[in-house]
Amino acid sequence: MKGGATFPVRMKFSEVGKVVWISHRDAARAFERAFRIIELPLAFSEGFSPRPKVSFGLALSVGMSSVAEYLDVELAQPVDLDTLAERLNAALPEGLIVTGVALLAERAPALQEAVTTVGYTATVLADGQLVSDVELKGAIAAADARPTLEAPRTRKGRTVIEDVKPAIRRLDVSTSDDGTPLLIVECGTQPSVRPGEVLAAIAPEWQLGHVQRTHQWIERAGERYEPLIADAHNDAAQVRAS
Amino acid sequence: MGIDYTVNQMSTLWPRIEPLLAGVEKPARYIGMERGSLAPEHRPGQVAWLLCYPDTYEIGLPNQGLQILYEILNERDDSVAERAYAPWTDMEAAMRGASLPLFSVDTHRAAAAFDVLAFNLSSELVYTNLLNCLDLAHVPVRGADRAPSDPIVIAGGHATFNPEPLADFVDAFVIGEGEEVVSEMTEVIGAWKRGGRASREAVLHELATVPGVYVPAMYDVTYEGPAIMAVTPRYADVPAVVDKRTVADLGDWPYPKQQLVPLIEVVHDRLSVEIFRGCTRGCRFCQAGMITRPVRERPADQVRTMVENGLKRSGYDEVALTSLSSADFSGIDQVIGDLVNCQTGTGNVGISLPSLRVDAMTVGIAAEIQKVRRTGLTFAPEGGSWRLRQVINKLISEEDLYAAVDGAFSQGWRRVKLYFLTGLPTEMDEDTLGIAELGRNVVEVGRKYSKQASCTVSVGGFVPKPHTPFQWFGMNSPEELRRKIMLLRDELRGSKAQLKWHEPAASLAEGIASRGDRRIGRVIERVWRDGGTFQEWSEHFNLALWRGAMEAEGLDIDWYTTRHRTEDEILPWDHIAAGLHKDFLWQDWQASLAAHGLPDCRWTPCYDCGVCTDYALEHVVASPIAPAGGSQGTGQDLSNAGAIPVTLLPTRKPTANQGVRA
Repeated sequence: MKGGATFPVRMKFSEVGKVVWISHRDAARAFERAFRIIELPLAFSEGFSPRPKVSFGLALSVGMSSVAEYLDVELAQPVDLDTLAERLNAALPEGLIVTGVALLAERAPALQEAVTTVGYTATVLADGQLVSDVELKGAIAAADARPTLEAPRTRKGRTVIEDVKPAIRRLDVSTSDDGTPLLIVECGTQPSVRPGEVLAAIAPEWQLGHVQRTHQWIERAGERYEPLIADAHNDAAQVRAS
Repeated sequence: MGIDYTVNQMSTLWPRIEPLLAGVEKPARYIGMERGSLAPEHRPGQVAWLLCYPDTYEIGLPNQGLQILYEILNERDDSVAERAYAPWTDMEAAMRGASLPLFSVDTHRAAAAFDVLAFNLSSELVYTNLLNCLDLAHVPVRGADRAPSDPIVIAGGHATFNPEPLADFVDAFVIGEGEEVVSEMTEVIGAWKRGGRASREAVLHELATVPGVYVPAMYDVTYEGPAIMAVTPRYADVPAVVDKRTVADLGDWPYPKQQLVPLIEVVHDRLSVEIFRGCTRGCRFCQAGMITRPVRERPADQVRTMVENGLKRSGYDEVALTSLSSADFSGIDQVIGDLVNCQTGTGNVGISLPSLRVDAMTVGIAAEIQKVRRTGLTFAPEGGSWRLRQVINKLISEEDLYAAVDGAFSQGWRRVKLYFLTGLPTEMDEDTLGIAELGRNVVEVGRKYSKQASCTVSVGGFVPKPHTPFQWFGMNSPEELRRKIMLLRDELRGSKAQLKWHEPAASLAEGIASRGDRRIGRVIERVWRDGGTFQEWSEHFNLALWRGAMEAEGLDIDWYTTRHRTEDEILPWDHIAAGLHKDFLWQDWQASLAAHGLPDCRWTPCYDCGVCTDYALEHVVASPIAPAGGSQGTGQDLSNAGAIPVTLLPTRKPTANQGVRA
């Protein structure tokens, strides 16, 4: 890192409400504008056309909500991490909410490569009606018993049939606060698989309702770490997860 | 900022809208949520305005006029305003399939729940979209079919300086600038609403007495064959001629104060600060320049404050200083210098200056603001020969152009784009071919500096517009426009100058609508009923629909488009006044045919066009000195006021075709 020390910061944020209909790129632009509004001292790349050093994690599909999005940004000087989330949230569009901030260790691996596992919850519909938890459990048990789970996937514009089972880490059922049955899908990023492809493999007659990304993890030596914690700067007190 | 979901829950259509979004392109077009947007609470007794832009969200969102009125109406206690944009064809199909009406993007309320649907019309090819929006709103498209419970349909914007083609569909037109008149209209509509919305005729009659408001139903039009015989007010208190509204001092209107920051990319994705209104360069083809006079500059200090505050609250990293010719702003170099030197702590701010003048000084300003990434610079000489540029009064000499281009290439730009019109009055093939020569010469100039130097020549077909000296001119047929474009294409074959052109067929439809009368309303309705929406989008434009509709209505396309008008003809917009005396326009038309140029009246004696004198207005300019750096083709020092010999030809009564070669 030429040009003096920088202060890499990782943020965790949610994307909920109407704003789920913007693209990953739109969310990135909203953050860049919010950084300028609060006059965050960004570190810029060298060269002819300097760019702020911001990197966003895995893309979130349009229409999907999330309570576990991450981004890394390098600052040119330290800022008060206690108030950063609050200041940013006042400058961000409603529904994009920073929920945690951590100072990163130097040379922490990039989010895109580091995240190994992603968790989702989804409502599942059959002919427009919610599928019950009993039915969901039955489908999961049947899927567990099958050696492969094949689903159509789009690869370079062509549809191919692939086994998604190696990418699936966990299938389960829970209920939301209001009692709605939810399918829990946890899957790897290499190879990656989408919740829609998992559902197509275990119950092709059902459709996804609303999908929410609930977790991203960095797995190291069999242990799962939350990305805010995984590469945090040694001083653990710097972590401000709220 | 943002939207409070708890407000207006009773009336929001959002739960019915959201399920459609997974199936449409760019779903964020329909969510609102922009920084600066409001979620007004609607209270009884208030007048609720829905400000509609009848084109896609990406085109409509940045519209400054709409945003200005949005703020003014929401600041008032007796009105609220929300926004709507035309849904793209995929969303329209989904909405019609789900019986979902047109909705506001602010609180997702049904359009018909508003008291006023106010459309912004910046060009004629969106007319069919206006009808489509009304239909989607579940409001009868024809004014005559509306009940007192239906919203009042209003339209404003440059295109409404000829309101007649939309007379059947729009209840009231605003002519000119809307800042003041929307409040006066709110008071009339509010009183009517509180009085129980009795009769539509009564409120329309009342609106017709508001200065600057034209209510077509209050006027009878009589014809003699194809010609208009008379336009007569139906009541004594309805004005025979409706004068445009103009704010005297732009400094009184520092709007928008909270420019909307969209979440998706839009056409002008940057902060905009309007630095002046009006333009007196006097380009004879330019309707905007004619109808927005006089020149009113925003005080330079206010420009600085608006830029500073706007950047701070929007988070934008680019600002456009907008006007019809931004390099003409008094002390523009000072303003630019201040902005360049006063950057924010979070990186560089880009400045863009639309509508560059063609001279070396302007290029100097461009160099000041574009320190890096000098890729392309655009100039608009408009005409291919000096003679033709005198005809259109775009007084740019070849020397001005080459000096500007030399300046651009020498300071690192690699690509120059030149804009031209074809189908101009008196244009002959040698004028058209002059475009190719200018393009080739510009490449030559560039090659002195770089092997990669290139020039793009962009050509559009000229459509004559109301309230300009060319309003009498019979436009070229699409066949003639195409012939000229092909002539240019052949001439530039193998050249380093690259030719681009606009489809001439669309110019014909624009020509029908821009100088049409009330009878064209049936044509617009027919084109719309036959599926002709988004006509300004090349993938949806369909000339056959327009030809078919003209034929079905028994109207002659040539009569409306390629025919030269005579001096004594009653034009469909003669009862609408932009302040320009008709005899001034006619004299200017005659001067044009004699290839006489007319310098800018900011820096020369008044030509008595009528605007300042009739409306007791004055140019508001900070400097009486013309900008240095270009002759503007007069061969005169423009700062030496009074020294320029101006020859105005006496009024003659020629026949329609005299002196005009089309």
